[in-house]
Amino acid sequence: MGAITTITGRALPLRGDDLDTDRIMPARFLRAVTFEGLEQHVFEDDRASTPDHPFNNANYRGASILVVNSNFGCGSSREHAPQGLARYGIHAIVGESYSEIFLGNSSVLGIPCLTASPADIRALQTLIEQNPDLQVTASVEAQSVTAGHLTIKAQLPPGVRDAFLTDKWNPTAMLLADFDKVRNVATHLPYVAGF
Amino acid sequence: MPTLFENVWKAHAVRTLPSGQTQLFVGLHLVHEVTSPQAFDMVRQQGWRVAFPERTFATVDHIVPTSSQRRPFIDLTAEEMTAALERNCREAGIQLFAPGASGSKDQGIVHVIGPELGLTQPGMTIACGDSHTSTHGALGAIAFGIGTSQVRDVLASQCLALDPLKVRRIDVNGTLRPGVYAKDVILTIIRKLGVNGGVGYAYEYGGSTIDRMSIEERMTICNMSIEGGARVGYVNPDETTFAYLKGRRFAPQGEAFTRAVAWWRKIASSPDARYDDRVTIDAAEIEPTVTWGINPGQSVGISEPIASTADAEALTFMGFTAGGRVAGTKIDVAFIGSCTNGRISDLEEAARIVKGRRVAPHVKALVVPGSQEVSRVAEAKGLPEIFTKAGFEWRGAGCSMCLAMNPDRLEGQQVCASSSNRNFKGRQGSPNGRTLLMSPAMVAAAALAGQVVDVRTLLEEVHA
Repeated sequence: MGAITTITGRALPLRGDDLDTDRIMPARFLRAVTFEGLEQHVFEDDRASTPDHPFNNANYRGASILVVNSNFGCGSSREHAPQGLARYGIHAIVGESYSEIFLGNSSVLGIPCLTASPADIRALQTLIEQNPDLQVTASVEAQSVTAGHLTIKAQLPPGVRDAFLTDKWNPTAMLLADFDKVRNVATHLPYVAGF
Repeated sequence: MPTLFENVWKAHAVRTLPSGQTQLFVGLHLVHEVTSPQAFDMVRQQGWRVAFPERTFATVDHIVPTSSQRRPFIDLTAEEMTAALERNCREAGIQLFAPGASGSKDQGIVHVIGPELGLTQPGMTIACGDSHTSTHGALGAIAFGIGTSQVRDVLASQCLALDPLKVRRIDVNGTLRPGVYAKDVILTIIRKLGVNGGVGYAYEYGGSTIDRMSIEERMTICNMSIEGGARVGYVNPDETTFAYLKGRRFAPQGEAFTRAVAWWRKIASSPDARYDDRVTIDAAEIEPTVTWGINPGQSVGISEPIASTADAEALTFMGFTAGGRVAGTKIDVAFIGSCTNGRISDLEEAARIVKGRRVAPHVKALVVPGSQEVSRVAEAKGLPEIFTKAGFEWRGAGCSMCLAMNPDRLEGQQVCASSSNRNFKGRQGSPNGRTLLMSPAMVAAAALAGQVVDVRTLLEEVHA
């Protein structure tokens, strides 16, 4: 844990809308009782069918910021998808939009999913494709992404942003902090108390 | 005036967290074998306990074999994952419905057994580590699909940290034409509003078409809300809901049921509720619908050509052309089942079409009931004989070929007519496999014809 304010590193541009979690992590890799080793299978089928897939490109090896387009992570709620990306070394994602479940799953793993305009994302992807060694900084604090001469506005849902900045992004301890209130809500629900 | 979503949110809000998110109490937590073992491990490692085991229920569905469910399973990984869930449930005092040691006869797809057992009730908040949890909204519950870390949170605290959603009211009005089903309605809604049109929204479905639907049809609609980007979908509870719940095992009984109905009525959206957005769909315009692409929004009416502007990547992958038609596409596999369309009414409608006919010789056809109870009811109605005589395989309950975590999967570039919910690349187990989503009746028709056909031509013969 710890507050998450900025992420700096090389970036990996991954173009395409509606990249679902089945593509990020095919279901056969969910056949296990742990998340161990999932980094080896990120986009496995897409990588096999597309030799020039960005995850196959040696220029992007070691990148920690993923740059995607719209509705990234749609479909299945499998946390195996962001777990795989996290274990692969992705520490932040910048994109046009995300499925809600994916954004929530990534946030509790400490991966901010920042949102920027389609035009800004395309500009950022092009810039990185031209210069894969560029250092990119994604700032949760300033709500921006900087790459060389390019700085774009990049936002997070306010509650999620605050959670990163105040080291509250893993919520279990908070949810347990005032447990009497939880019991109180439960006992006032007729279906819990008994109709 | 408030919507059901707002009423339920308010009744379950514990407090505002320092981040500004809401701590929301979860009334019913449903657990399955694939997204829970890591969560139980995390709870154990932290020295926490499962906070409300009596509000938590578990089953096995994703990985279980459907060819034989005798324990130990032949698939050792399936056995290991099921055994892990058994251990976790035993340790925490959670009721588990699984084949084998526990002796339960109520195993099935988590979104089929919840309503079936009366666990799912109006006005509840429900969470499950599966995106199709939205299904439970058919009974007027607010149900969230969650990831494994959130499963851990709910196990430990019975709560989630969430931001509230906006509510979009979707009215479907008028009469569906013969051969048009709930599946066609939701595929049409997703096509119109987009696969990400629902991000940030809960979808409230209403209007005369939805009002007349059975709970099972409403489940098909709510189930696929997530395919339209909406994490939550629901229908306000009404007389149909109350009649469905009456007498179910975990539903309130006797006078408590009467009191429950009063609360369920009260928690529904007011007639003058304010919505963040409204959309109206004309039921009479909906045709039997099939997908041609690689997401559930890429669909056409069966008599319609694929748009000239269709996405090139999807067309290439699927082997279609812009302006071409899906009707007439040769299929290799037909799959009837899943949390979208694996309930008894789905199987009955498919059987009505299959009865006395034969599956095309080149087609592998599967019927996978959504639960052991669906299977028992189907047996009592003689459905397995109808299907097997026609050349379908009749299987045990589970998710099966919807996501291919067990041996039921496509091979190579096979084309599958499927009553499931996702046509993503690789979804049915082969990286190059191709999925055409449609209603169970349309799958049945495709199985018989060996190609995609308009089910209405067969229904005319059934009626004649």
